[in-house]
Amino acid sequence: MQPIESFEVPAPSKVNYINAQYGLKSWLLTKDHKRIALLYLASITFFFFIGGIYALMIRLELLTPQGDFLQSTTYNKVFTQHGIIMVFFFLIPSIPATLGNFLIPMMIGAKDLAFPRINLLSWYVYLVGGLITIYALLAGGVDTGWTFYTPFSTTFSNSYVVATGLGIFINGFSSILTGLNFIVTIHTMRAPGMTWFRMPLFLWSHYATSLIMILGTPVIAITILLLAFERVAGVGIFDPELGGDPILFQHLFWFYSHPAVYIMVLPGMGVISELVANFSRKNIFGYSFVAFSSIAIAVFGFLVWGHHMFVTPQSVYAGMIFSFLSFAVAIPSAIKVFNWTATLYKSSISYDTPMLYALGFIGLFTIGGMTGLFLASLATDVHLSDTYFVVAHFHYIMVGGTLMAYMGGLHYWWPKITGRMYPEGWGRFSALVIFVGFNLTFLPQFIAGYLGMPRRYHAYPPEFQVFNVLSTAGASILGFGMLIPAIYFVWSMRYGRHAEPNPWHLPGLEWRTQSPPPTENFEVTPIVTWEAYEFAPPEETEVVGRFGPELERT
Amino acid sequence: MIESHATTQEVHGHRALQHHFENMEQQREAGTIGMWVFLVTEIMFFGGMFLAYALYRNMFPAAFASASNHLDITLGAVNTGVLILSSFTMAMAVYFTQVGKQRPQIIALVLTLILGLAFLGIKAVEYHEKYTDRLIPGHLIPGASFGPAVQEHDQPMDAHKLHLLPGATLKQVEMFYWIYFAMTGMHALHMIIGAGLLIFLIIWSMKGRFDPEYHGPVEVVGLYWHFVDIVWIFLFPLLYLLGRHFEH
Amino acid sequence: MSEHIVSVRVYITIFLALLVGTALTVAAAFFDFPWRLNTIVALTIAVAKATLVVLYFMHVRYSARLVWVIVASALFWMGILFAFTFSDYFTRHWLSTGY
Ligand SMILES: [Cu+2]
Repeated sequence: MQPIESFEVPAPSKVNYINAQYGLKSWLLTKDHKRIALLYLASITFFFFIGGIYALMIRLELLTPQGDFLQSTTYNKVFTQHGIIMVFFFLIPSIPATLGNFLIPMMIGAKDLAFPRINLLSWYVYLVGGLITIYALLAGGVDTGWTFYTPFSTTFSNSYVVATGLGIFINGFSSILTGLNFIVTIHTMRAPGMTWFRMPLFLWSHYATSLIMILGTPVIAITILLLAFERVAGVGIFDPELGGDPILFQHLFWFYSHPAVYIMVLPGMGVISELVANFSRKNIFGYSFVAFSSIAIAVFGFLVWGHHMFVTPQSVYAGMIFSFLSFAVAIPSAIKVFNWTATLYKSSISYDTPMLYALGFIGLFTIGGMTGLFLASLATDVHLSDTYFVVAHFHYIMVGGTLMAYMGGLHYWWPKITGRMYPEGWGRFSALVIFVGFNLTFLPQFIAGYLGMPRRYHAYPPEFQVFNVLSTAGASILGFGMLIPAIYFVWSMRYGRHAEPNPWHLPGLEWRTQSPPPTENFEVTPIVTWEAYEFAPPEETEVVGRFGPELERT
Repeated sequence: MIESHATTQEVHGHRALQHHFENMEQQREAGTIGMWVFLVTEIMFFGGMFLAYALYRNMFPAAFASASNHLDITLGAVNTGVLILSSFTMAMAVYFTQVGKQRPQIIALVLTLILGLAFLGIKAVEYHEKYTDRLIPGHLIPGASFGPAVQEHDQPMDAHKLHLLPGATLKQVEMFYWIYFAMTGMHALHMIIGAGLLIFLIIWSMKGRFDPEYHGPVEVVGLYWHFVDIVWIFLFPLLYLLGRHFEH
Repeated sequence: MSEHIVSVRVYITIFLALLVGTALTVAAAFFDFPWRLNTIVALTIAVAKATLVVLYFMHVRYSARLVWVIVASALFWMGILFAFTFSDYFTRHWLSTGY
């Protein structure tokens, strides 16, 4: 069976989801998942920019050992706000709300998500939460760290904790609604023949992500709410004066916030699975292992939160359990990495921009994951806790992982989303710049942290300056590298080469409709008769690109 | 799901069928599963508070018993009955929609709404009692910060005074009331949201929107209403009854 | 799968059972059970009542397996939250160094 040839792509028509309707109202009241994805893309980019400015301020301050650029109190607010904006308003919604929103219905052959209105609602909820948070930042900011630890946040901090908490609380519902929509969609909206094990791995990883979203987010919601009320009432359940235990806050906080790391990185893993298989033109090695490892990560991710509390009064016995399980949770991630590399082995890799990001992801995620094991060991963690080692570790996961995957995915599906090609040369160049800049930023932080430089201080002993200068230089390169795609993406929307329905010549359902897709995605509901990543044998690659007479030239 | 490749007549079968679903069955299934997934988030939401309750009750058993004994068991029990009855009428509303009897369906929905409001009314009476006994924790209410009168052994029994069991402190009692107000308050908020949803259902039912083929909204609101009932089924013994056996 | 319509008789039976359960839990609360069993008794009755509501009022007994899985997973994750948090609190005093 040669599925790609047997599938007829309808002749490109001029009407697609972008030009089907015009006007601001048609965007703000849209129920089309693809348009909502674009709304998310715009707002997430905005928040990423704000978070980036805070990052810039941090790196500028740390250029010298003295606190000469920012006062200590200002610095506390700057790193807190960097964390809050980047975690809650960029990383968590990034891939699911944009690429996931756009692609999940298309990949399963559905016309839309199960609840289009709830999908739009989730964007507005996100916006309201974001605006409240921005109000809090403008009114005076927060200085608790993105973790809001009690009793500092409840009793001692004089900053805008309640308003920020409210923003995060509201934003949580956006995440819950997105997760709910994905789960129901994947369960009930699959096209005929699209069985679970024919689904692209992107869907498996988003399903696992959604599980975490609906199981974890409510807990952080109630925790933040109780914290806000505790500030208002003056007493509360985390208040030692009433016999309360401040550590309980950390339990509830990390019950969500460790799994939240997987909300950030699981969708990225889904993107990477797509990129690795499709750009090496080979079925993924061990499909079901990669699929189930996503679910395993979602489940085991909930069993390890105590590793953030090794240096608190948490019982050492609980610490031992959490340490052991933290090592165990590395297994499903490692399964993915091994399967990706096994897929690459002896395949015909094309080094297009998305694939460069994918390869970058695999390397950086591996470093991030391995250094996580240092932190998961009880004794080592006592030394490394709250140092720059931790900062470097989680940036390798969140930036080296999630951001790389996000950028890779954005390039990969850009032709489908906009109907235009991005400039490939600039794409490869900026991918390399970002990779170099990222490593120069965060590799020195491992060393500084290992040597004992603590995080969250605006001044530091002079012997750490060399690492910080390197880091700031790297951050500048990274920032510059991020600007290039920002410019050429905008440029390409108007001037880019028109994209074919299937510029990469791939079998996935999303490539079997025009670019950009029509409002209902497919002219007729597709019937799926092929497996995911079913490529024609190598000797037939010449015919792979054949879709219809007008595309024969490719 | 596999047979969802419907014929054209079926696709355009029902006026309530949304464009992105293949048929009514798929639409109903999506709605029901969606509500169940939402209830999972609700369980986890209340779960955080149940955890705090369990932890502190385990730490301060005497204070929690003393504080709990001060709650009005009669009102609590009556409210449990009211809520169970409202769950029954809600179930009947779903039943009448399923069999297509519009009038009884509207009556059942209105009864559910009335019972829900009755629950909230009784809850308000209880809250007011706690307010006059100065049992609202912290300084949430300006001018009425926490400070109940304590029953001494040599004084005549006063229902408005707090009877502290041996080993209980007033601060720990305040902790109980914090959790009490957090949990019952959050439950009451869910009741209010449920009442709002019921009003929509009643209006739509009167317009004749629902029939045996299309009644997803009634069913889904029903699930939500029963869930809120279940939360109370746990709250009632855990908050009102936990220390009664110490009383004699 | 078309939906199952539960009969009125079943609904009435469940309603009465729930009322009986409520009366039972109030009565049991005033009785001093040995070995601090009061909480266990109260929770058992509450779980029984909740199960009746879930199975009949919420139709889970007649629902697809997926709904069962969803309900079970919610309870399972609640279990994780409780078990791991208490694994800390119940073992804190095992080391006598204290804090
Ligand atoms: Cu963690």
